[in-house]
This record gives sequence, C-alpha cells and structure tokens, in this order.
Amino acid sequence: MKNTPLTEKHIALGAKMAEFAGYNMPISYTGIREEHQCVRTGVGVFDVSHMGEFIAKGKEALDLVQKVTSNDASRLNIGDAQYSCLPNHNGGIVDDLLVYRLPEDKCAEGEQAFMLVVNAANIEKDWNWINRENTFDARLTDISEETGLLAVQGPKATDALQSLTDLDLKNMKYYTFGKGTFAGAENVLISATGYTGSGGFEIYARNEDIVKIWDAIFEAGKDYGIQPIGLGARDTLRLEMGYALYGNDIDDTTSPLEAGLGWITKLKKGDFNSSDIFKKQKEEGLKRRLVGFFMDERRVPRHDYPILNESGESIGKVTSGTHAPSLDKPIGMGYVKTEFAKPGTKILIEFGRKQLPATVTKLPFYKPE
Amino acid sequence: MNIPSDLKYTKDHEWVRVENGDIAYVGITDFAQSELGDIVYVDVDTVGEELNQHDVFGTVEAVKTTSDLFMPVSGKVLEMNEAISEDGGDDPTLINSDPYGEGWIVKIQMTNPGELSELLDAGAYQALVS
Repeated sequence: MKNTPLTEKHIALGAKMAEFAGYNMPISYTGIREEHQCVRTGVGVFDVSHMGEFIAKGKEALDLVQKVTSNDASRLNIGDAQYSCLPNHNGGIVDDLLVYRLPEDKCAEGEQAFMLVVNAANIEKDWNWINRENTFDARLTDISEETGLLAVQGPKATDALQSLTDLDLKNMKYYTFGKGTFAGAENVLISATGYTGSGGFEIYARNEDIVKIWDAIFEAGKDYGIQPIGLGARDTLRLEMGYALYGNDIDDTTSPLEAGLGWITKLKKGDFNSSDIFKKQKEEGLKRRLVGFFMDERRVPRHDYPILNESGESIGKVTSGTHAPSLDKPIGMGYVKTEFAKPGTKILIEFGRKQLPATVTKLPFYKPE
Repeated sequence: MNIPSDLKYTKDHEWVRVENGDIAYVGITDFAQSELGDIVYVDVDTVGEELNQHDVFGTVEAVKTTSDLFMPVSGKVLEMNEAISEDGGDDPTLINSDPYGEGWIVKIQMTNPGELSELLDAGAYQALVS
C-alpha cells in the first residue's frame, strides 16, 4: 500500500485509515457528520494526493485533449479549468477528470500545455488509454507520483488561506486557477475547484512541499475552526450535490448522456471518441437515466440495491447512497428506465426482503448557502 | 476499547447482558460502534417474534454503511429500546455514546439460555478485536 506525504500526519491525528485505490487514506478523523458540517459551514482540508496528474504539451496538445475528452477544451483560456470525461470507443466512460490549460512559459513557440487530473484508481488505465490515443505532436508526462493535492473547502476557505499567498483568492473565479508562491513554496497551482459544492480551492504542489503547506494551512485557519476531513465526508458532500463518482455512478458501460453529463458532452465541437454514439443516443433518446431519489423512510440505500417500479418490476440499480448529513435523511442515485426518471415519480428500493418507497427528485439534493 | 467483564459477546460484535432468569438485553460493542461510525437509524422489525440464535433481528444504518444485527442466543424479541427507536426518543447516537448502557438495542426472553456458554467472555472478545 502506498502512502501520501501526509499519511503519518493522519495517523498521528488519530484518523480511521483504510486502503483506497492502493493508498493508505484517512476515512474520518472525528466522525463523518461533524466533518461534513465543518465543510458546509466553515472550512476543512482534504488530503487527496492520491489523485493522478498528467501533463500534455506540444503543438497538437489541444488536438489530443479534444479527441480524448468530451468537453470543449478549445474554449479554455490559460488559467481556466474544466470538468470533462474520457469516453471509450463504445460510448462508455474511461474516467472523469479536470482539464487545466496551463501557462506557456515553459513551452516552445506554438506549443500549448494542459494538466489532466484523474481518479487515483484509474491512473494506470487512463495513462495507457491516453497514450494509445496519442497520434499527435504531443508529449505526455505522468507527474502523479511527485505531486501532492490538498482540497481546502467551505465558505471560510478564502479567509483561511488568503494570508498564505499573493494570489487574489477572493477574486479567483470558479473553475479558474493561478500559479504562485503559497506558504513559502514556489510554483504552487491553486484552483477555485472542488468536489463538495461548498466552494474553496484545490492546491497542487510538489510532494516535498506538501507537509509544510498542510501545517501552514492549519496554522492560518486556526481562527476559522479549520479541521482535517476524510474520504467519508468527501463522499457525503459530493453525493448531496449529486456529483457522480467514478466506479459507482459512472463507469466503462455508462454513457455521459445517461449520467446527466450532457453539459460536458459537446457534440458540436467536432469528432471525439464515441461522439457518433452520443449523437445517435441524443437523436434516438436514452433508454435509462441516472436520477436522484429521496427515501420515504429511514433505511439508507446502498450501491447495487435493485430499483423497482410500483408494481415490483426491476427498472434499475442504485449506484450511490448515503445518509445526507445536511438534510438528515437518506438519499440515493441510480439508473432507471427513462420513463421513471421524472422528478416526483414513485419507485421502490429493494432492501433484502423489504421493498421501501422512494421518490425521484431533481439534483442537487441540497443547495449550500 | 471498553469491554465490560460482566457481559457475553459474539464474533459478530453483539453483547448480551442477562438481567434475571431468562430475560436479557442485547446491543453492539464499543468496537462495533466505533467501526460503524455515526449511527443514524436502527430498524428492528422482529418485536414479538421468536428467533433462533444467529437470526437477523434488525439493521443498523451508519452514514457510510449498513450492518445486520444477529441474535446472540435464541429467544423472543420483547421490545426495542424506545430511546433509540424512530417511534420513541429517536436518538440512535446513544449507541455511539453509550453502547453498553443507554444504547442497548433489544430486550429478549431467551428460549435456550444454555447457548450462553457458547459465547465469548470479555477476555476472548478482547483477543478477537485486538
């Protein structure tokens, strides 16, 4: 099992640790509900250094990114980031990712540079996939092993971090980034992105600077009640927002259109992997859709529980479920046949020998202030 | 890890406290509540039923995971702890804060108290979880 630069810190803090994507990661420190609330109302810090980062650089780096991702990377200016996915050739999803258009100070004339940030569990798969697709004048580098990543999330994130950098965090627009000095470390990339819905930043730095940055963030955030947050609360926070998790809600067999990711599937940008399949799906209509639902009772739906219509016939499967701490009730997502996808539709979730009622609802489940 | 010496334990992390004669209380251990994390709901739909040892008598929902509850010994489920029940105090976090006291889950009438001798004592349970 691999460690992040912070694994020893997490253990010293008393975190409950578990293996995730080959890394020894903190699941929770004080309890998922408390950590969840800390991010929704204050500020919390996640070590997500296990995630993968690739650099694509070259005269045709944009062509490569356009071919392998579904969103339109040609719309990115330097300093912009974008949520996207890597379609496979069969209309499924290899991974979801963030695409950053990097400054070109280290590029030769006519070159562009992008950073692709991918899920930890998929680093090797994505790396092989993108390299196989790379028939362009573009050089790929995997910097995952030497790059650390902290997510500082919550409404007080700006105030907690501003003293550590000259970058203007308050005016950094959602899904943009800057590069600069942070807590004395140079060449740190800070983006106004995250996976919680509560605002905040993600901070990419070299592994050797991560411990120093972590300590500085906790010192600077002391007055704002800053706390470390584990992967348990990361899941409840993203699920309240209806954000898909790769491996649960999206995978090699799900289309981004079915998953509600039509907004990152830009069919007009020109051909890309599986774009023909997606066009056809759009014309012919989708057979199933990823929906959110509230349980009408208190049992919590979990991955793979069957979804039934009111007559008890199978119409799909739960992909994610949890007790939503901000709402204090159970929520879930899952694929259902399209005719059951309308908000307000009554469905049943099968809990072993029990079938309990649920109601399809619009996403997000929860809107943070 | 708190493991009271006057209780009996199962490998599934339930405890039994014999009250008098054939009446006993059942809950989950400190280790179990700590592994589960924040408990948000307890479903016991077997009140009034006679169950065999190892039968499922209910379910605990934590934020992150779901866990079935098993009968440590055969018996009739007499009542569910009102303080944690949806229809009563509705405070399942008592299982987190006081797993052997306020957070007991069901009261049972044992039908074969001899099964108690198959259960683990505190020392054996300690060895299991350490």
